Amino acid sequence: MEYLIIIISAIFVNNILLAQFLGCCPFLGVSNKLSTAVGMSGAVCFVITLSTLVTYLLQYYVLVPLHIEFMQTVAFILVIAALVQMVEIVLKKVSPSLYQALGIFLPLITTNCAVLGVALIVVTKEFTFGGEPHMLNLAESVVYAFATSVGFGVAMILFAGLREQLALSKVPKAFQGIPIALITASILALAFMGFSGLV
Amino acid sequence: MVLCLLVICLVSSALLAVVYAVTKAPIDAAAAAKTNNAIAQVVPEFDGTPELAEISVAGTDYTYYKVSKGGSVAGYAIIASGSGFSGPVTLMVGLTSDGIVYNTTVLSQAETPGLGAKCTEPAFADQFRNFNPEEKVLKVKKDGGDVDAITASTITSRAYVAAIQNALNVFAAITTGAQPDAASGASTLHATMEYENTSETDNGGQSNE
Amino acid sequence: MSKLQLITKGLVKENPTFVLILGMCPTLATTTSAMNGMGMGLATLFVLVLSNMAISATAPYIPDKVRIPAYIVIIAAFVTILQFIMQAYTPAMYETLGLFIPLIVVNCIVLGRAEAFANKNSVVDSACDGLGIGLGFTLSLTVLGLVREILGSGSAFGYKFISGDGILVFVLAPGAFLALGYLIVIFRKLTAKK
Repeated sequence: MEYLIIIISAIFVNNILLAQFLGCCPFLGVSNKLSTAVGMSGAVCFVITLSTLVTYLLQYYVLVPLHIEFMQTVAFILVIAALVQMVEIVLKKVSPSLYQALGIFLPLITTNCAVLGVALIVVTKEFTFGGEPHMLNLAESVVYAFATSVGFGVAMILFAGLREQLALSKVPKAFQGIPIALITASILALAFMGFSGLV
Repeated sequence: MVLCLLVICLVSSALLAVVYAVTKAPIDAAAAAKTNNAIAQVVPEFDGTPELAEISVAGTDYTYYKVSKGGSVAGYAIIASGSGFSGPVTLMVGLTSDGIVYNTTVLSQAETPGLGAKCTEPAFADQFRNFNPEEKVLKVKKDGGDVDAITASTITSRAYVAAIQNALNVFAAITTGAQPDAASGASTLHATMEYENTSETDNGGQSNE
Repeated sequence: MSKLQLITKGLVKENPTFVLILGMCPTLATTTSAMNGMGMGLATLFVLVLSNMAISATAPYIPDKVRIPAYIVIIAAFVTILQFIMQAYTPAMYETLGLFIPLIVVNCIVLGRAEAFANKNSVVDSACDGLGIGLGFTLSLTVLGLVREILGSGSAFGYKFISGDGILVFVLAPGAFLALGYLIVIFRKLTAKK
């Protein structure tokens, strides 16, 4: 039950893109076509879940015991950068077809603030799922990370669908490109606000 | 190549360690100042330093500060929280020695600016000054109590009220010296939980915070 | 380019928010009020100037292959220093901006300037460039924050000039996208005339 609350909350209520504004660069940058949006979402999903698992272990088994929590930002970003590189290499060897689908998005992901953002959220923020405020444990963190990245995918794919339609319509010159995309995103965010109060 | 990265990492770490060592005292001082300010705000006048203590009520650990004046207890400042719209709303709740809420202040909250974040403003928070839980009902008006909720932010208002209720439970535990598992404490806590659950479903439309 | 030009180009011609559309996450997330926007802008400015200078000074010694991780470490170090300083001297602002302070590390503006400018220019020029882009970012965030604060809560820099509530949606997520979208349109209209 608790996991269900985490999942629904992360996907719909506190959507990472439309409510928390993490990962807006790819949201606006690579949402022109549905196919690229799907590829990006897949890659982000993979990296966020994996990196949260690794940074969670790093935080509680390395940084905290050594009392060097102040190295958190540096350590996390280095781990994420290394992890993305590794995923790229492994993927290339193991599954060339998957690499072709996700490969070009991987280098972009290191600087996607959603990845570092989620990693930092799970080790710094208290959650109130099911009662008293508490820090997430390992299983909850991974579920939260996965659900959040699914939320990223949902918003990204919906938005890309809208933008594909938008490309066919006539838009005033000053609104072309990013401004109309932002206004569309605003309406999408408004729609997602309808989910608030759900959990 | 690797050597170069290693050197950069080492230099950065060393730099960070130095800055950390230098700023540690001011950071601790800022945190202590914040706590002391909060305590001074929520309890009646006292002398000496607040006494830090911890207590476990219904399975949750609470931190509180006891202040005294002229040798007798002047009041308690209890840190308690409730589930708000986007995370916990944590309060410092000040109680006089006879169990009246003297004042409250928000220690941390992540509620929406312009909506739930208004719980930090006097317009809402001042109604809890000298709030006597024996005379008034500690629930928002929607739930049949005497507390005016923030417009369009019922969940935040309920979280605030729940935090105060938690503090009252802690106070009961401190003064009776016993764990309030049996009669009063547990039942009030249960009541708190109950209306928190309904709050999640009965909120439609825009009043959903 | 003169030093002055380096500084002023970030304000209009290469404005990071309205023209280059970079660093959207903090732009949208922290501009619920003018003060918060300004705080975020100045925090980014601090990191931008220092990291630009450090990268410009060290770039000749960093092998090309590891330059991106090296830059990220340098930037992350300055961001952490900023975190300490803000925690110590402006704890209230640090709490308000929260997560978005450590996230300056992955702000594309900072890494972008390192790649595009700092690693091939002198230390002083890089500092000017960082200052210019940082000021442009601060200005944009303050304007966006001001617009959202005026419309959303009827106040400016915390000074309330109407009683009651504003158009609440502007301090919420949809209002961030909407306000930024229209501000970019206005910015385009204004700069096109010149």
